[in-house]
Amino acid sequence: MLVSVYRYNPEVDDAPYMQDIHIDIPGGKDIMVLDLLQLLKEKDATLAFRRSCREGVCGSDGMNMNGKNGLACITPLSQVVEGDKLVLRPLPGLPVIRDLVVDMAQFYKQYEKIKPFLINDTPAPAIERLQSPEERAELDGLYECILCACCSTACPSFWWNPDKFVGPSGLLQAYRFLADSRDTATRQRLAELDDPFSVFRCHGIMNCVSVCPKGLNPTKAIGKIRTMLIQQAT
Amino acid sequence: MVTSITSFGRSGLYDWMMQRVTAVILLAYTVFMIGYLLFNPDMDYNQWRGLFDGTGMRIFTLLALLSMVAHAWIGMWSVSTDYIKPTGARFVFQSVCGLLAFIYVVWGIQILWGI
Repeated sequence: MLVSVYRYNPEVDDAPYMQDIHIDIPGGKDIMVLDLLQLLKEKDATLAFRRSCREGVCGSDGMNMNGKNGLACITPLSQVVEGDKLVLRPLPGLPVIRDLVVDMAQFYKQYEKIKPFLINDTPAPAIERLQSPEERAELDGLYECILCACCSTACPSFWWNPDKFVGPSGLLQAYRFLADSRDTATRQRLAELDDPFSVFRCHGIMNCVSVCPKGLNPTKAIGKIRTMLIQQAT
Repeated sequence: MVTSITSFGRSGLYDWMMQRVTAVILLAYTVFMIGYLLFNPDMDYNQWRGLFDGTGMRIFTLLALLSMVAHAWIGMWSVSTDYIKPTGARFVFQSVCGLLAFIYVVWGIQILWGI
């Protein structure tokens, strides 16, 4: 099959280019895209990409495969290859460090902005802060996010304003702490989000939902943040 | 909190709400106008003028006009902050949009109360 890989090494190349490589899949098996990258690296050791757990948990190998963001390690070739061709590009919208490796600083900055930790100003109990099973259930579909950035880099609003719009990933996390019964900073958190960019740049096109490798729904979480803002302000 | 001094109401929530409320008003006006034209296929100038002679229709039309201006401002402001990155060009674009909106309101009032 033909693999077209985005290559850019700023120390050597003047501009990024696409490298076409013909490769035979051993045994014609349906391997994962990450396995394919590993085969490519055996052919050309200068190819750079991030990977770690190889099972969709660490979120390192987010990339754009035939136009759709996803994790290379849990995406089988049969799911993305079209007409025996696969185009691999880095996550869109973020600065490229080298080949498929992007600079995630802007993404993490937005994550940091939403204060991704429990804030509780009541005296700490002797053992732990308890939650009822129902309260704990509120966090399902939120806490599973692995910060792979597939969603935020599939979002045009994040492409145009990565410094102002928190992005689907950050907003999913923002709601994770707004929804947590142990957090007492709801008002302050909402006040931080009530500007024309942080939340309201989301126009609900749901690219985030369609690419999330963990099957999460940031658009729904953003809708819930909006409802909380309305309830507080009307 | 991201600051912005050129958005419609400074608050994202307020802009969001205004966009939805004005959209409903514009929809109501559009449905009314289309319905009126459909149910009066052989309308003449006097009837058209009579429609806009009533205070109710003038209020409804002015409301729709102001809604359109607010709706357009929020939308065009979003477009300009997405796609026009140089501050000078963005400010000029927003100023032109604001000026046009103002002209349309004054012009609209002149037409409504001038007949």
